[in-house]
Amino acid sequence: MAHDAREDTVHVEFTLNGKVVSVEAQPADRLLDTIRYGLALPGTKEGCGEGECGSCTVLLDGLPANSCLVPTYQVRGRTVETVESLSEEDVAPLLRTGATQCGACTPGVVMTATWIRRHPEVLEAQGIRALMAGNLCRCTGYDGIVEGVEALVARETGG
Amino acid sequence: MRVLMPDTLEEAYGMLAAEPLTPVAGGTDLLAHWPGNHDARKRAYLDLSGVSGLRFMHWGDEALTLGGLTTYSDVIWDSRVVEEFPLLADAGGQVGSIQIQARGTWAGNIANGSPAADGVPVLMAYDAVVVLGSEEGDQEVLLADFYLGYKKMRLRAHQLIRAIRLPRREYDFQRFVKVGARNAQAITKIGVALTRSEERWRVVVNSMAPTVRRCPALEAMLDEDRPVSGPEDLLTAIREDLAPIDDIRSTAAYREKTLARVLYFDLKGVCPSFA
Ligand SMILES: Cc1cc2nc3c(=O)[nH]c(=O)nc-3n(C[C@H](O)[C@H](O)[C@H](O)COP(=O)(O)OP(=O)(O)OC[C@H]3O[C@@H](n4cnc5c(N)ncnc54)[C@H](O)[C@@H]3O)c2cc1C
Ligand code: FES
Ligand code: FES
Repeated sequence: MAHDAREDTVHVEFTLNGKVVSVEAQPADRLLDTIRYGLALPGTKEGCGEGECGSCTVLLDGLPANSCLVPTYQVRGRTVETVESLSEEDVAPLLRTGATQCGACTPGVVMTATWIRRHPEVLEAQGIRALMAGNLCRCTGYDGIVEGVEALVARETGG
Repeated sequence: MRVLMPDTLEEAYGMLAAEPLTPVAGGTDLLAHWPGNHDARKRAYLDLSGVSGLRFMHWGDEALTLGGLTTYSDVIWDSRVVEEFPLLADAGGQVGSIQIQARGTWAGNIANGSPAADGVPVLMAYDAVVVLGSEEGDQEVLLADFYLGYKKMRLRAHQLIRAIRLPRREYDFQRFVKVGARNAQAITKIGVALTRSEERWRVVVNSMAPTVRRCPALEAMLDEDRPVSGPEDLLTAIREDLAPIDDIRSTAAYREKTLARVLYFDLKGVCPSFA
Protein backbone atom coordinates (compact mmCIF):
# COMPACT_ATOMS: atom_id res chain seq x y z
CA MET A 1 0.00 0.00 0.00
CA ALA A 2 1.23 3.46 -0.80
CA HIS A 3 1.83 5.63 2.19
CA ASP A 4 0.25 9.01 2.73
CA ALA A 5 2.01 10.82 5.55
CA ARG A 6 -0.61 13.49 6.08
CA GLU A 7 -0.28 13.05 9.79
CA ASP A 8 3.14 14.66 9.72
CA THR A 9 5.06 11.62 10.84
CA VAL A 10 6.35 8.77 8.75
CA HIS A 11 6.96 5.30 10.10
CA VAL A 12 10.39 4.27 8.88
CA GLU A 13 11.86 0.83 9.42
CA PHE A 14 15.40 0.16 8.24
CA THR A 15 18.53 -1.80 9.03
CA LEU A 16 21.06 0.22 10.97
CA ASN A 17 24.44 -1.36 11.64
CA GLY A 18 22.97 -4.82 11.22
CA LYS A 19 19.87 -4.34 13.39
CA VAL A 20 16.35 -3.52 12.29
CA VAL A 21 15.24 -0.23 13.85
CA SER A 22 12.06 1.75 13.47
CA VAL A 23 11.46 5.44 13.99
CA GLU A 24 8.59 7.87 13.67
CA ALA A 25 10.20 10.59 11.57
CA GLN A 26 9.01 14.05 10.62
CA PRO A 27 8.93 14.51 6.85
CA ALA A 28 11.59 17.23 7.18
CA ASP A 29 14.01 15.03 9.16
CA ARG A 30 17.38 14.30 7.62
CA LEU A 31 18.95 10.88 8.13
CA LEU A 32 21.80 12.68 9.92
CA ASP A 33 19.42 13.97 12.63
CA THR A 34 17.60 10.67 12.94
CA ILE A 35 20.86 8.81 13.50
CA ARG A 36 22.37 11.32 15.91
CA TYR A 37 19.40 12.45 17.92
CA GLY A 38 16.63 9.92 17.29
CA LEU A 39 18.82 6.85 17.58
CA ALA A 40 21.59 8.26 19.79
CA LEU A 41 24.50 7.35 17.54
CA PRO A 42 26.53 10.57 17.59
CA GLY A 43 29.53 9.20 15.67
CA THR A 44 28.23 10.66 12.41
CA LYS A 45 29.12 14.36 12.35
CA GLU A 46 27.56 17.43 10.80
CA GLY A 47 30.08 19.75 9.16
CA CYS A 48 28.52 21.86 6.43
CA GLY A 49 25.00 20.47 6.27
CA GLU A 50 24.97 20.88 2.50
CA GLY A 51 26.77 17.96 0.91
CA GLU A 52 30.21 19.54 0.60
CA CYS A 53 32.35 18.23 3.45
CA GLY A 54 31.53 14.53 3.82
CA SER A 55 31.78 14.42 7.61
CA CYS A 56 28.23 13.02 7.70
CA THR A 57 29.08 10.16 5.30
CA VAL A 58 27.33 6.86 6.00
CA LEU A 59 26.97 3.79 3.80
CA LEU A 60 23.47 3.61 2.35
CA ASP A 61 22.86 0.23 0.71
CA GLY A 62 26.64 -0.09 0.73
CA LEU A 63 27.48 3.21 -1.00
CA PRO A 64 28.90 6.32 0.68
CA ALA A 65 26.20 9.01 0.94
CA ASN A 66 25.94 12.36 2.73
CA SER A 67 23.39 11.73 5.47
CA CYS A 68 22.70 15.50 5.65
CA LEU A 69 21.09 15.25 2.20
CA VAL A 70 19.04 12.09 2.75
CA PRO A 71 15.43 12.52 3.87
CA THR A 72 14.81 9.95 6.61
CA TYR A 73 11.64 8.76 4.92
CA GLN A 74 13.80 7.55 2.01
CA VAL A 75 15.65 4.88 4.01
CA ARG A 76 12.59 2.74 4.69
CA GLY A 77 13.53 -0.84 3.95
CA ARG A 78 17.15 0.06 3.27
CA THR A 79 20.49 -0.58 4.94
CA VAL A 80 22.52 2.09 6.71
CA GLU A 81 25.97 1.66 8.23
CA THR A 82 27.64 4.27 10.42
CA VAL A 83 31.07 4.54 11.98
CA GLU A 84 29.73 2.75 15.07
CA SER A 85 29.51 -0.47 13.04
CA LEU A 86 33.28 -0.62 12.56
CA SER A 87 35.67 -2.43 14.86
CA GLU A 88 39.02 -1.11 15.99
CA GLU A 89 40.59 -3.63 13.66
CA ASP A 90 38.66 -2.12 10.71
CA VAL A 91 40.28 1.27 11.17
CA ALA A 92 43.68 0.32 12.62
CA PRO A 93 45.75 1.12 9.49
CA LEU A 94 44.25 4.62 9.37
CA LEU A 95 45.31 5.29 12.95
CA ARG A 96 48.90 4.30 12.18
CA THR A 97 49.30 6.62 9.16
CA GLY A 98 48.11 9.81 10.82
CA ALA A 99 44.79 9.92 8.99
CA THR A 100 43.17 11.72 11.92
CA GLN A 101 43.98 14.74 14.06
CA CYS A 102 41.02 16.73 15.41
CA GLY A 103 38.69 13.94 14.28
CA ALA A 104 35.86 16.06 12.86
CA CYS A 105 36.17 14.53 9.40
CA THR A 106 37.16 11.08 10.60
CA PRO A 107 33.81 9.26 10.88
CA GLY A 108 33.10 10.23 7.27
CA VAL A 109 36.62 9.45 6.08
CA VAL A 110 36.52 5.95 7.51
CA MET A 111 33.15 5.20 5.94
CA THR A 112 34.39 6.18 2.48
CA ALA A 113 37.59 4.24 3.20
CA THR A 114 35.49 1.22 4.18
CA TRP A 115 33.67 1.34 0.85
CA ILE A 116 37.01 1.43 -1.02
CA ARG A 117 38.33 -1.44 1.13
CA ARG A 118 35.29 -3.53 0.19
CA HIS A 119 35.51 -2.61 -3.51
CA PRO A 120 39.21 -2.29 -4.35
CA GLU A 121 38.27 -2.67 -8.04
CA VAL A 122 37.10 0.97 -8.04
CA LEU A 123 40.76 1.94 -7.81
CA GLU A 124 41.23 0.70 -11.37
CA ALA A 125 39.11 3.60 -12.60
CA GLN A 126 39.94 6.36 -10.10
CA GLY A 127 42.69 7.16 -7.62
CA ILE A 128 42.24 7.35 -3.86
CA ARG A 129 42.46 11.14 -3.90
CA ALA A 130 39.66 11.44 -6.44
CA LEU A 131 37.47 8.94 -4.58
CA MET A 132 38.08 10.74 -1.28
CA ALA A 133 37.47 14.23 -2.72
CA GLY A 134 34.09 14.45 -1.01
CA ASN A 135 35.70 14.13 2.45
CA LEU A 136 37.29 17.43 3.39
CA CYS A 137 39.90 17.56 6.14
CA ARG A 138 41.35 20.74 7.59
CA CYS A 139 44.07 19.09 9.65
CA THR A 140 45.98 16.25 8.07
CA GLY A 141 46.94 17.58 4.65
CA TYR A 142 45.42 14.35 3.27
CA ASP A 143 48.67 12.36 2.90
CA GLY A 144 47.93 10.39 6.06
CA ILE A 145 44.42 9.66 4.81
CA VAL A 146 45.63 8.47 1.41
CA GLU A 147 48.33 6.28 2.98
CA GLY A 148 45.80 4.90 5.44
CA VAL A 149 43.42 3.90 2.68
CA GLU A 150 46.29 2.33 0.75
CA ALA A 151 47.24 0.33 3.84
CA LEU A 152 43.63 -0.72 4.39
CA VAL A 153 43.28 -1.94 0.81
CA ALA A 154 46.69 -3.66 0.88
CA ARG A 155 45.70 -5.55 4.05
CA GLU A 156 42.45 -6.64 2.44
CA THR A 157 43.91 -7.76 -0.86
CA GLY A 158 46.97 -9.26 0.78
CA GLY A 159 49.14 -6.90 -1.30
CA MET B 1 5.35 19.75 5.27
CA ARG B 2 3.89 16.59 3.84
CA VAL B 3 5.32 13.76 1.82
CA LEU B 4 3.47 11.22 -0.29
CA MET B 5 5.18 7.91 -0.91
CA PRO B 6 3.79 5.99 -3.88
CA ASP B 7 4.89 2.44 -4.69
CA THR B 8 4.03 2.49 -8.37
CA LEU B 9 4.18 4.95 -11.25
CA GLU B 10 0.40 4.81 -11.62
CA GLU B 11 -0.05 5.89 -8.00
CA ALA B 12 2.52 8.62 -8.47
CA TYR B 13 0.75 9.95 -11.57
CA GLY B 14 -2.57 9.98 -9.71
CA MET B 15 -1.11 11.92 -6.80
CA LEU B 16 0.50 14.45 -9.14
CA ALA B 17 -2.75 14.95 -11.00
CA ALA B 18 -4.59 15.69 -7.76
CA GLU B 19 -2.41 18.48 -6.30
CA PRO B 20 0.86 20.33 -6.77
CA LEU B 21 3.74 18.20 -5.46
CA THR B 22 7.52 18.51 -5.69
CA PRO B 23 9.09 15.20 -6.72
CA VAL B 24 12.09 14.07 -4.66
CA ALA B 25 14.66 11.76 -6.28
CA GLY B 26 18.16 11.76 -4.72
CA GLY B 27 17.49 15.00 -2.87
CA THR B 28 20.96 16.40 -3.58
CA ASP B 29 19.55 19.62 -4.99
CA LEU B 30 16.41 19.78 -2.88
CA LEU B 31 18.12 19.22 0.47
CA ALA B 32 21.29 21.20 -0.16
CA HIS B 33 20.13 24.22 1.85
CA TRP B 34 17.56 22.40 3.91
CA PRO B 35 18.19 23.52 7.52
CA GLY B 36 17.75 27.21 6.72
CA ASN B 37 15.21 26.86 3.94
CA HIS B 38 11.88 27.47 5.62
CA ASP B 39 9.90 27.82 2.41
CA ALA B 40 10.91 24.28 1.47
CA ARG B 41 9.09 22.98 4.55
CA LYS B 42 5.78 24.47 3.53
CA ARG B 43 5.58 22.39 0.41
CA ALA B 44 4.18 18.93 -0.24
CA TYR B 45 6.52 16.34 -1.71
CA LEU B 46 6.27 13.21 -3.77
CA ASP B 47 8.97 10.69 -2.85
CA LEU B 48 10.07 8.80 -5.94
CA SER B 49 12.52 6.51 -4.12
CA GLY B 50 9.93 3.79 -3.45
CA VAL B 51 8.43 3.75 -6.94
CA SER B 52 9.19 0.37 -8.45
CA GLY B 53 10.68 0.06 -11.91
CA LEU B 54 12.02 3.61 -12.07
CA ARG B 55 15.71 2.83 -11.57
CA PHE B 56 17.11 0.80 -14.47
CA MET B 57 19.33 0.72 -17.53
CA HIS B 58 17.86 -1.01 -20.53
CA TRP B 59 19.83 -1.84 -23.67
CA GLY B 60 17.65 -2.10 -26.76
CA ASP B 61 18.86 -2.57 -30.33
CA GLU B 62 18.34 1.08 -31.07
CA ALA B 63 18.78 2.81 -27.74
CA LEU B 64 20.00 2.75 -24.18
CA THR B 65 17.28 3.85 -21.78
CA LEU B 66 17.99 5.18 -18.30
CA GLY B 67 15.23 5.20 -15.69
CA GLY B 68 13.88 8.33 -14.03
CA LEU B 69 15.69 7.32 -10.82
CA THR B 70 18.94 6.07 -12.33
CA THR B 71 21.91 7.59 -10.52
CA TYR B 72 25.34 8.71 -11.63
CA SER B 73 26.88 5.75 -9.76
CA ASP B 74 24.65 3.28 -11.60
CA VAL B 75 26.14 4.52 -14.86
CA ILE B 76 29.75 5.32 -13.91
CA TRP B 77 30.52 1.85 -12.59
CA ASP B 78 28.85 0.02 -15.48
CA SER B 79 31.54 -1.15 -17.91
CA ARG B 80 29.15 -1.40 -20.85
CA VAL B 81 28.08 2.23 -20.51
CA VAL B 82 31.68 3.34 -20.08
CA GLU B 83 32.46 1.54 -23.34
CA GLU B 84 29.60 2.79 -25.49
CA PHE B 85 28.69 6.15 -23.91
CA PRO B 86 31.99 7.21 -22.33
CA LEU B 87 30.88 10.81 -21.86
CA LEU B 88 28.22 9.71 -19.37
CA ALA B 89 30.96 8.24 -17.21
CA ASP B 90 33.24 11.25 -17.75
CA ALA B 91 30.63 13.82 -16.80
CA GLY B 92 28.94 11.71 -14.12
CA GLY B 93 32.29 11.07 -12.49
CA GLN B 94 32.85 14.82 -12.25
CA VAL B 95 29.57 15.59 -10.50
CA GLY B 96 30.27 16.64 -6.91
CA SER B 97 31.86 13.67 -5.16
CA ILE B 98 31.21 9.93 -4.98
CA GLN B 99 28.71 10.67 -2.20
CA ILE B 100 26.74 12.97 -4.51
CA GLN B 101 27.12 10.52 -7.41
CA ALA B 102 25.62 7.71 -5.30
CA ARG B 103 22.43 9.72 -4.74
CA GLY B 104 22.10 12.22 -7.57
CA THR B 105 20.02 11.20 -10.57
CA TRP B 106 20.25 12.10 -14.26
CA ALA B 107 16.57 13.06 -14.31
CA GLY B 108 17.06 15.28 -11.25
CA ASN B 109 19.91 17.03 -13.05
CA ILE B 110 17.63 17.66 -16.04
CA ALA B 111 14.62 18.78 -13.98
CA ASN B 112 16.63 21.01 -11.68
CA GLY B 113 17.30 23.07 -14.80
CA SER B 114 20.62 24.61 -13.73
CA PRO B 115 22.57 26.20 -16.60
CA ALA B 116 25.68 24.69 -14.94
CA ALA B 117 24.33 21.11 -14.89
CA ASP B 118 27.08 18.65 -15.86
CA GLY B 119 24.90 15.70 -16.75
CA VAL B 120 22.76 17.60 -19.25
CA PRO B 121 25.46 18.55 -21.83
CA VAL B 122 26.58 14.97 -22.41
CA LEU B 123 23.00 13.68 -22.61
CA MET B 124 22.23 16.45 -25.11
CA ALA B 125 25.35 15.67 -27.15
CA TYR B 126 24.03 12.10 -27.45
CA ASP B 127 20.63 13.41 -28.69
CA ALA B 128 18.84 12.18 -25.56
CA VAL B 129 15.05 12.05 -25.55
CA VAL B 130 13.25 12.85 -22.29
CA VAL B 131 10.26 10.58 -21.69
CA LEU B 132 7.65 12.41 -19.62
CA GLY B 133 4.99 10.26 -18.01
CA SER B 134 1.60 11.19 -16.57
CA GLU B 135 -1.96 9.90 -16.31
CA GLU B 136 -2.41 11.13 -19.88
CA GLY B 137 0.33 8.82 -21.13
CA ASP B 138 3.89 9.38 -22.30
CA GLN B 139 5.19 12.44 -24.06
CA GLU B 140 8.65 12.51 -25.63
CA VAL B 141 10.75 15.64 -25.95
CA LEU B 142 14.22 15.93 -27.41
CA LEU B 143 16.45 17.18 -24.57
CA ALA B 144 17.84 19.82 -26.95
CA ASP B 145 14.28 21.26 -27.17
CA PHE B 146 13.43 20.79 -23.50
CA TYR B 147 14.57 24.11 -22.03
CA LEU B 148 12.63 27.30 -22.71
CA GLY B 149 14.60 29.74 -20.54
CA TYR B 150 16.30 30.03 -17.18
CA LYS B 151 14.80 27.19 -15.08
CA LYS B 152 11.91 26.99 -17.55
CA MET B 153 11.27 23.69 -19.26
CA ARG B 154 8.73 21.51 -21.01
CA LEU B 155 7.86 19.60 -17.85
CA ARG B 156 4.35 20.16 -16.59
CA ALA B 157 3.35 19.89 -12.95
CA HIS B 158 1.52 16.59 -13.42
CA GLN B 159 4.42 14.97 -15.29
CA LEU B 160 7.47 13.04 -14.18
CA ILE B 161 10.62 12.30 -16.10
CA ARG B 162 10.00 8.59 -16.42
CA ALA B 163 13.01 7.73 -18.58
CA ILE B 164 15.83 9.13 -20.69
CA ARG B 165 16.53 7.47 -24.03
CA LEU B 166 19.87 7.63 -25.81
CA PRO B 167 20.05 6.45 -29.44
CA ARG B 168 22.88 3.99 -30.05
CA ARG B 169 25.23 5.30 -32.75
CA GLU B 170 28.80 4.97 -33.86
CA TYR B 171 30.74 8.00 -32.68
CA ASP B 172 34.16 8.80 -34.08
CA PHE B 173 34.74 11.65 -31.65
CA GLN B 174 33.43 12.17 -28.09
CA ARG B 175 34.71 14.52 -25.45
CA PHE B 176 33.56 16.31 -22.29
CA VAL B 177 35.57 19.08 -20.69
CA LYS B 178 34.63 20.73 -17.39
CA VAL B 179 36.48 23.83 -16.26
CA GLY B 180 35.99 24.55 -12.56
CA ALA B 181 37.87 26.01 -9.63
CA ARG B 182 39.04 22.58 -8.50
CA ASN B 183 38.48 19.01 -9.58
CA ALA B 184 35.80 17.95 -7.11
CA GLN B 185 32.80 19.72 -5.59
CA ALA B 186 33.07 22.67 -7.97
CA ILE B 187 30.26 24.27 -9.90
CA THR B 188 31.23 24.46 -13.56
CA LYS B 189 32.53 27.74 -15.00
CA ILE B 190 32.48 26.34 -18.51
CA GLY B 191 31.59 22.90 -19.71
CA VAL B 192 31.44 21.51 -23.20
CA ALA B 193 30.36 18.17 -24.66
CA LEU B 194 31.36 17.28 -28.22
CA THR B 195 30.30 14.33 -30.34
CA ARG B 196 30.56 13.45 -34.03
CA SER B 197 28.61 10.66 -35.70
CA GLU B 198 26.90 10.17 -39.04
CA GLU B 199 24.38 12.66 -37.63
CA ARG B 200 27.25 15.18 -37.73
CA TRP B 201 28.64 17.36 -34.94
CA ARG B 202 27.01 18.18 -31.64
CA VAL B 203 28.48 21.01 -29.62
CA VAL B 204 26.75 21.49 -26.26
CA VAL B 205 27.85 24.07 -23.72
CA ASN B 206 26.82 24.73 -20.13
CA SER B 207 27.25 27.76 -17.84
CA MET B 208 27.35 30.18 -20.79
CA ALA B 209 23.66 30.92 -21.31
CA PRO B 210 20.43 30.80 -19.27
CA THR B 211 20.19 27.10 -20.14
CA VAL B 212 22.49 24.34 -21.26
CA ARG B 213 22.24 24.52 -25.05
CA ARG B 214 23.43 23.24 -28.39
CA CYS B 215 25.50 25.66 -30.45
CA PRO B 216 24.24 25.73 -34.05
CA ALA B 217 26.80 28.28 -35.33
CA LEU B 218 29.73 26.27 -33.94
CA GLU B 219 28.21 23.02 -35.20
CA ALA B 220 27.85 24.53 -38.70
CA MET B 221 31.51 25.63 -38.70
CA LEU B 222 32.57 22.09 -37.92
CA ASP B 223 30.10 20.38 -40.23
CA GLU B 224 31.17 22.62 -43.14
CA ASP B 225 34.89 22.33 -42.38
CA ARG B 226 35.35 26.08 -42.29
CA PRO B 227 38.99 27.01 -41.77
CA VAL B 228 40.00 27.92 -38.24
CA SER B 229 43.51 29.16 -37.67
CA GLY B 230 43.32 29.95 -33.96
CA PRO B 231 40.95 30.22 -30.99
CA GLU B 232 39.95 33.80 -32.02
CA ASP B 233 38.34 32.45 -35.18
CA LEU B 234 35.73 30.72 -33.02
CA LEU B 235 34.66 33.80 -31.07
CA THR B 236 32.07 35.08 -33.55
CA ALA B 237 30.23 31.77 -33.53
CA ILE B 238 30.56 31.51 -29.74
CA ARG B 239 28.94 34.96 -29.37
CA GLU B 240 26.20 34.01 -31.78
CA ASP B 241 25.36 30.80 -29.92
CA LEU B 242 25.86 31.82 -26.29
CA ALA B 243 25.33 34.69 -23.88
CA PRO B 244 27.76 34.32 -20.97
CA ILE B 245 27.48 36.59 -17.94
CA ASP B 246 29.79 37.78 -15.17
CA ASP B 247 28.97 36.02 -11.92
CA ILE B 248 30.68 34.95 -8.70
CA ARG B 249 32.44 32.06 -10.40
CA SER B 250 33.81 33.78 -13.49
CA THR B 251 33.45 36.57 -16.06
CA ALA B 252 31.85 36.56 -19.49
CA ALA B 253 35.17 37.44 -21.14
CA TYR B 254 37.03 34.60 -19.39
CA ARG B 255 34.28 32.16 -20.35
CA GLU B 256 34.31 33.13 -24.06
CA LYS B 257 38.07 33.03 -24.32
CA THR B 258 38.46 29.79 -22.42
CA LEU B 259 35.73 28.05 -24.41
CA ALA B 260 37.44 29.14 -27.63
CA ARG B 261 40.76 27.73 -26.43
CA VAL B 262 39.24 24.48 -25.15
CA LEU B 263 37.46 23.93 -28.48
CA TYR B 264 40.45 24.91 -30.59
CA PHE B 265 43.01 22.78 -28.82
CA ASP B 266 40.68 19.81 -28.44
CA LEU B 267 39.68 19.79 -32.09
CA LYS B 268 42.99 20.72 -33.66
CA GLY B 269 44.12 17.17 -34.25
CA VAL B 270 40.62 16.04 -35.18
CA CYS B 271 39.37 18.55 -37.74
CA PRO B 272 41.56 18.98 -40.82
CA SER B 273 40.15 22.51 -41.25
CA PHE B 274 41.81 23.56 -37.96
CA ALA B 275 45.30 24.89 -38.68
C1 LIG C 1 27.78 19.21 -2.81
C2 LIG C 1 27.07 19.15 -4.13
C3 LIG C 1 27.81 19.12 -5.30
C4 LIG C 1 27.17 19.09 -6.53
N1 LIG C 1 27.94 19.06 -7.65
C5 LIG C 1 27.35 19.06 -8.86
C6 LIG C 1 28.14 19.06 -10.05
O1 LIG C 1 29.37 19.06 -10.01
N2 LIG C 1 27.49 19.08 -11.25
C7 LIG C 1 26.14 19.09 -11.34
O2 LIG C 1 25.60 19.08 -12.43
N3 LIG C 1 25.35 19.07 -10.23
C8 LIG C 1 25.93 19.07 -9.00
N4 LIG C 1 25.14 19.08 -7.87
C9 LIG C 1 23.69 19.14 -8.03
C10 LIG C 1 22.92 17.81 -7.98
O3 LIG C 1 23.66 16.83 -7.32
C11 LIG C 1 22.53 17.28 -9.36
O4 LIG C 1 21.80 18.26 -10.07
C12 LIG C 1 21.70 15.98 -9.28
O5 LIG C 1 21.68 15.36 -10.53
C13 LIG C 1 20.29 16.19 -8.80
O6 LIG C 1 19.63 14.92 -8.77
P1 LIG C 1 18.75 14.46 -7.51
O7 LIG C 1 18.20 13.15 -7.86
O8 LIG C 1 19.53 14.56 -6.27
O9 LIG C 1 17.63 15.60 -7.55
P2 LIG C 1 16.60 16.11 -6.44
O10 LIG C 1 17.29 17.03 -5.51
O11 LIG C 1 15.84 14.97 -5.87
O12 LIG C 1 15.64 16.93 -7.42
C14 LIG C 1 16.11 18.03 -8.19
C15 LIG C 1 14.94 18.64 -8.96
O13 LIG C 1 14.46 17.75 -9.94
C16 LIG C 1 13.10 17.41 -9.73
N5 LIG C 1 13.01 16.00 -10.11
C17 LIG C 1 13.84 15.00 -9.69
N6 LIG C 1 13.54 13.85 -10.32
C18 LIG C 1 12.50 14.12 -11.15
C19 LIG C 1 11.74 13.33 -12.07
N7 LIG C 1 12.01 12.02 -12.29
N8 LIG C 1 10.74 13.93 -12.76
C20 LIG C 1 10.47 15.26 -12.57
N9 LIG C 1 11.16 16.03 -11.72
C21 LIG C 1 12.16 15.49 -11.02
C22 LIG C 1 12.83 17.73 -8.30
O14 LIG C 1 11.48 18.03 -8.05
C23 LIG C 1 13.74 18.94 -8.08
O15 LIG C 1 13.12 20.10 -8.58
C24 LIG C 1 25.75 19.10 -6.61
C25 LIG C 1 25.00 19.11 -5.43
C26 LIG C 1 25.65 19.14 -4.20
C27 LIG C 1 24.84 19.16 -2.94
S1 FES D 1 27.54 17.74 6.82
FE1 FES D 1 26.90 16.49 5.23
S2 FES D 1 28.40 16.86 3.73
FE2 FES D 1 28.93 18.27 5.24
S1 FES E 1 41.32 15.55 11.26
FE1 FES E 1 40.60 17.53 11.59
S2 FES E 1 39.33 17.85 9.87
FE2 FES E 1 40.31 16.02 9.40
